[in-house]
Amino acid sequence: MIKGILFVSLVLLIFSILATIYRLVRGPSAPDRVQALDALGIYLIAGVAIFSVYLKSTAFFEVILLIGILSFIGTIAFARFIERGVVIERK
Amino acid sequence: MNGNNPIELSIAVVILMGTIFGFLGSIGFIRLPDVYNRAHALAKSSTLGVLFVLVGTFLFFLFEGHFSIKLFLGIFFVFLTSPVSTHLICRSAYHSHVELAKESVRDDLREALEKDTKKAPALPGTLWGNREGEINN
Repeated sequence: MIKGILFVSLVLLIFSILATIYRLVRGPSAPDRVQALDALGIYLIAGVAIFSVYLKSTAFFEVILLIGILSFIGTIAFARFIERGVVIERK
Repeated sequence: MNGNNPIELSIAVVILMGTIFGFLGSIGFIRLPDVYNRAHALAKSSTLGVLFVLVGTFLFFLFEGHFSIKLFLGIFFVFLTSPVSTHLICRSAYHSHVELAKESVRDDLREALEKDTKKAPALPGTLWGNREGEINN
């Protein structure tokens, strides 16, 4: 029962990731694609969490924390690059 | 996992609700016409969805007798950074002149920026004047 519910959640998550990948390939502007990458990171975090409940293992929590931090830093860098043309500004 | 422990069952339902929120957000991310509308649909619902999933996982391992500070930090960090990153993407989209949808009726940020550039005169070659001046305002 519980494994069935978790399996349905994983299937819904797969459809969400497919929608995000569609927008990532198709998206008309660059901020669309950055937004899609950010959402992909978030859905990956949810997928790893569901898998750690499914396998009853606490080994993947570092993966959750690391994907969260790296996805945030990548999104910030891309947003600055789109807005200013550079990532790190030098005086 | 013996099948019908009510705590584990309710936690699984919480995780299912979280993925349903994320799925609705992704539908909005496909169907809406504009960068800003899409960000609006995606940011709220997917943040709420991943928060439901992570809180469900946290409660599951808490009832197993395992308090995970790493997962708690992950919840805190995702809850803090996901709206900030969406705000920054929308800001960069507006400043790199991504068009609004044709159905849009008003653009308050444009009026505000034009009022600001009347105060500080525009440099030639830029649409809304000096970018550092905008930041200082």
